[in-house]
This record gives sequence, structure tokens and C-alpha cells, in this order.
Amino acid sequence: MAFESLSERLQEIFKKLRGKGKLTEKDIKEAMREVKVALLEADVNFKVVKDFINSVTEKALGQEVMESLTPGQQVIKIVNDELIALMGSTQSRLNIGNKVPAVIMMVGLQGSGKTTACGKLANLLKKQGKNPLLVACDVVRPAAIKQLQVVGANVNVPVFTMGDKVNPVDIAKASIDYARSHNSDVIIIDTAGRLHIDEELMEELVNIKKAVQPDEILLVVDAMTGQDAVNVASSFNERLDITGVILTKLDGDTRGGAALSIKAVTQKPIKYVGAGEKLTDLEPFYPDRMASRILGMGDVLTLIEKA
Amino acid sequence: LKTRENLTSKIDSIVTIGRKIDEELLEELEEILILADIGISTTSKIIEGIRQKAKERKIYDASQIKKLLAEEVYEILQKDVEPFTLTSPMVILVVGVNGVGKTTTIGKLAYLYKKEGKKVILAAGDTFRAAAIDQLEIWAERVNCPIIKHQEGSDPASVIFDGIQASKARGIDILICDTAGRLHNKKNLMEELRKIRKVIDREYPEARVETFLVLDATTGQNALQQAKIFKEVSDITGIVLTKLDGTAKGGIVVAIKSELNVPIRYIGIGEGIEDLQAFDAKSFVSAIFQ
Ligand SMILES: Nc1nc2c(ncn2[C@@H]2O[C@H](COP(=O)(O)OP(=O)(O)OP(=O)(O)O)[C@@H](O)[C@H]2O)c(=O)[nH]1
Ligand SMILES: Nc1nc2c(ncn2[C@@H]2O[C@H](COP(=O)(O)OP(=O)(O)OP(=O)(O)O)[C@@H](O)[C@H]2O)c(=O)[nH]1
Ligand SMILES: [Mg+2]
Ligand SMILES: [Mg+2]
Repeated sequence: MAFESLSERLQEIFKKLRGKGKLTEKDIKEAMREVKVALLEADVNFKVVKDFINSVTEKALGQEVMESLTPGQQVIKIVNDELIALMGSTQSRLNIGNKVPAVIMMVGLQGSGKTTACGKLANLLKKQGKNPLLVACDVVRPAAIKQLQVVGANVNVPVFTMGDKVNPVDIAKASIDYARSHNSDVIIIDTAGRLHIDEELMEELVNIKKAVQPDEILLVVDAMTGQDAVNVASSFNERLDITGVILTKLDGDTRGGAALSIKAVTQKPIKYVGAGEKLTDLEPFYPDRMASRILGMGDVLTLIEKA
Repeated sequence: LKTRENLTSKIDSIVTIGRKIDEELLEELEEILILADIGISTTSKIIEGIRQKAKERKIYDASQIKKLLAEEVYEILQKDVEPFTLTSPMVILVVGVNGVGKTTTIGKLAYLYKKEGKKVILAAGDTFRAAAIDQLEIWAERVNCPIIKHQEGSDPASVIFDGIQASKARGIDILICDTAGRLHNKKNLMEELRKIRKVIDREYPEARVETFLVLDATTGQNALQQAKIFKEVSDITGIVLTKLDGTAKGGIVVAIKSELNVPIRYIGIGEGIEDLQAFDAKSFVSAIFQ
């Protein structure tokens, strides 16, 4: 499947329209079909795509075609601006007030990148002059504690563990006292991966939340996630009222449409992105970059910006 | 499984009494397939197939749509697939992107093959990820089978080399090799995989080599790209689809089978040692659509 980029396809549609003054309903409908395909190929959720297309179509109707742009570029610009707006502004900071210790909790599906993200955040906080403590609340996955210990050692941050025979809720509680007596001002809790439909394990997270009152509950999501991202994100959000999202594995070549789906269903900010396995590979989230990535056309946009 | 009920009930909900198979119905069906991650181009192909079959056989009633759909998907999944059999000696190289379930699948496979009376050994070829070796070791203990390991940071190809020598010396039937998770767009990591493969071919020519690509059922269209590139580099012979116990439908394997013709061999349905099933197109399809 030779993947023609969205911009090429749109240019094709609009070739015949060059020089026209206004975008008509028919032009836009035709263009929106292509936009829809592009978004679906990027794994944006079908329902999110539908809503998005409807609202963009309305916005684009009757707009003047700017002097410098062809109608194709004009539509791309509108779509792109709307995508950026939907994904929110840059919010790459943690809201950890003055409570000592501040509490950050990582949650998510199996293998999404929680443990790695714990190490990355610990590294970041340390650089900001904090004194973090990693807390090993995954008592399920084989060698999960060892993994967190290796990660902790790599960024030179201590790890609190009570082994894998203790209830995670009790471990989380105990870690607060430990942090206080060891001068740690922020704790980062690693939890076991779980399915959003696993009642028992979701309840465990609710209980950890009750016990330690986290400042941040971050949902860690694999950027390659498909249509199911909305179900995952909304379930975790409903049960835990998450405070933000970390999107991982963006160093791959996925278009990452899940980012838009998650934002649309939870309204929670994407705070950071993971872009590698190294513990320094944590980056701020840039809605504009994400938008062009989802549309599969970074280069075209820079051209339009210059126009 | 919850996922399957969802898909079936969704289809049921559009097949109301007296409804005909028309463009509107097909469009609603298309939406259901896309929501299952089957992807646009394979979905279009399936819809076209249904349209044709309905026309040829003069089927008008919407109640028949599930049958036609099942038939269409079954054809894709079953095309050219030879059954998977165990031979001896054999090497199973397990590859895939990060966190999809490679190491867990190896534990489950080892358990399954041991139950079938095979002598199994594991090679800890992920020398990169934190505690990856410890994780595989725990699985080896659970299964009660030997494991070959080096230190973290050592050359993965030489672990596999040692695994091969151990297999020969101990008369092992099946050597299962873990590898580090790697994104398919990382050239150097893919080269490393090529090197591992070369070592196997050179040192163990008498063994049959199976390369399983592990895919996470939650993954969207990127899985197609993963399959394409892993196929180029390491000649994958089968797919293991994990995490089907979630709500994701794993429809991407239909697209992969359709476009790349790689057979699906196993499905993972949980984190436990027995949560692995041989893939069977018929029951997969009937579980989804009947
Ligand atoms: N390429 C890449 N790999 C990542 C990134 N974040 C995590 N990983 C890898 O993804 C895999 C899973 O990461 P973990 O941190 O173990 O994931 P987890 O969510 O803790 O997994 P469980 O505890 O089993 O649920 C590992 O191989 C990590 O190295 C990222 O941003 N980019
Ligand atoms: N629910 C569910 N979880 C699974 C399944 N298979 C694996 N997992 C979980 O997914 C997570 C990642 O599994 P691993 O086996 O470590 O994945 P991997 O591909 O070896 O990961 P890396 O080596 O870091 O690339 C673990 O928490 C597993 O328990 C499955 O079929 N269902
Ligand atoms: Mg973990
Ligand atoms: Mg592994």
C-alpha cells in the first residue's frame, strides 16, 4: 500500500479549484473524506473522527481562501489548527504543591511503559533539585521490583520495596512514612499493569489513591494504541480521575492518533512523551508537532507557515 | 470473552428485523470493522467481498450479514496456512517491539511444549532491558526448564550461540530465544536481530527456525508497519497476538494476514502460565461473529 500523504491527496482534489474565492460545501465534503481516512489511518478513534470532521466542516464552510494558499492548503491549515486546539496547550509540568512528600502515581495497561516512566520522572525531578523516592507497588509481574531497582540505580534514586508478598496499598502507605524519615520530598509509585476491565485490580488502584492522596495520577499510554485507546483512557479516568497522561514509545513511526482520542474522551492534558528507552528520553508534549504527526505531514506545515 | 460479545452485539444491533443489505448497512458494518482495528484498506476489501457474495447468491436479508462477514474474514485468515507442528531440533526466535509480551509468551510456550513432552531450553537474549534476564529466569523456574544467560549488557548473539551449543550438547528439542524489545524503525537494533539470525543459521543448520513476531492486540495500524519491517529483517514465520483478554479486538491481524500473508499461530489471553491458545481461524472467527 503506497501511502500517499494527505497533503498530496488534498492537492489533487483541489487542483481543479485553484483560484476559486471561497470554499464551497462540495469542495469541503470531498476534502473531509480524505482527512477522515488520514485520521483513521493514524488510529484516531472512529467516533472522535466523526465529531471532529463535523465541527471542522462547519468551521471551514464559507471561509475565504487566503491569497497565499491554495484551497488544499487552506483546508489543511484549518484541520491542523483545530487539531492543535483540541489537544490543548503545552502543559509539561507536574502539579506537586507543597505537601511533603508529594505523591505521583503511575497507572496503565500492561507493558505501556510505567516502570520506565517512573525512572524518567525521577531523573527529571532530581535534576530540578528534588529528592525523589521510587515505590515498588507492582507485586505481580515477574522481576518488576528488580526492574525498578535497576532503573532507580541508573538515575541514582532510592527505591522503597517491601517485597512481593505485601499488599500494594500497604506498601504505598508505608512509603509515605519512609519518605518523611528519609528526607524524600516526592514519591513516585510504580503499579502493576492491569486491564481497565479488571474489576479487582482497578479497585486496588482506587484504594491506593484513597490511602496516599496523590497529587498526580498519570495514565501511561503506548502511542501505538489503536481504536481501544478511548475505552482504556475513559475507564481509568472514571475510576481514578487521572490528572494527566504520559504518551510513550513516540520514537517509533506510529502516527499516534491515540493522543487525540485520549484527550477527546478524558479532557486531561498529555504532560510528557516518552521518546526512547533511556531514562533521559522524556520530552514535553507539543500539540502542534503531534497534530502534524497525526496528519502525517510535518514538512507541508512548515511550508504553509512560511507562506 | 468480553471483547467478542461487544463486536457481536454491535453487529446484532444493526441487523434489525426486515432490514436489507444495502449501502447504509455496509457503511455501519464498515464502522464496526474499523473500530476493531482492521484498518481502512482491509475493511474496504472485506466489505467489497460481502457486497459481491450477496449479489452472486442473491442474499438480500440483513440477518445474513454476520455469516457473510465471518466467511470473508475466515478466508483471509485461513488462506495458504499450513498447520503448525513441532519438530526436533527447532529454534523459536521471539521478536517484537517493546512491551508487547515476548518474555511472557516464551514462558507460556515453554510450558505448553514441555507438557507435550518436548525438551525445552530458554536463551535470555534480552541483555538490554532492566531485569529482563531475571524476568525470564522466573519463568524458567515456573516452567522448570533450563535457561542460558549472560550478564546484562553482553552481546545477545553470543547468548544465542551458547543456547545453541547447550541445545546440541543436551539433546534439546526446542530452543526458545528471548530478544530485547525494539522498535522496527531503529536500524541498528534491527541489524542486531539480523546478526542473531545469522548465528542461528550458521551454527545450527540442522534446526528448523521459526521466528514469531509478538503483537499486542491493543495496537493499531502501526502493527502493520511492524510486521512489514520485522518480516524483511528476520523473515517472520508466525504471529502471536497477546492481550486479547482486554477489550481490544486485535483486528489488525486480519489486516496483516491480508496484506502480508503471515499466519497467526497463538493468542495470549492473560498473564498466567496457561493463558496461551493455539490460534484457530475457525474458532476465532466464530467467537467473534457467531
Ligand atoms: N522505544 C521506547 N521504549 C519504551 C519507552 N518507554 C518504555 N519503553 C520500553 O517498553 C517496554 C515496557 O516498559 P515498562 O516500563 O517495563 O512498562 P510497564 O508499563 O512498567 O510494564 P508492566 O509493568 O509489565 O505493565 C520496555 O522494553 C521499555 O524499555 C519509550 O518511550 N520508547
Ligand atoms: N493481560 C495480558 N497481559 C499480558 C499478556 N501477555 C503479556 N502480558 C503482560 O504484558 C506486560 C509485558 O510483557 P513482557 O512479556 O514483559 O513483554 P516483552 O515484550 O517481553 O517486553 P520488553 O522485553 O520490555 O520489550 C507484562 O506485564 C505481562 O504480564 C496477555 O496475553 N494478557
Ligand atoms: Mg512495570
Ligand atoms: Mg521481554
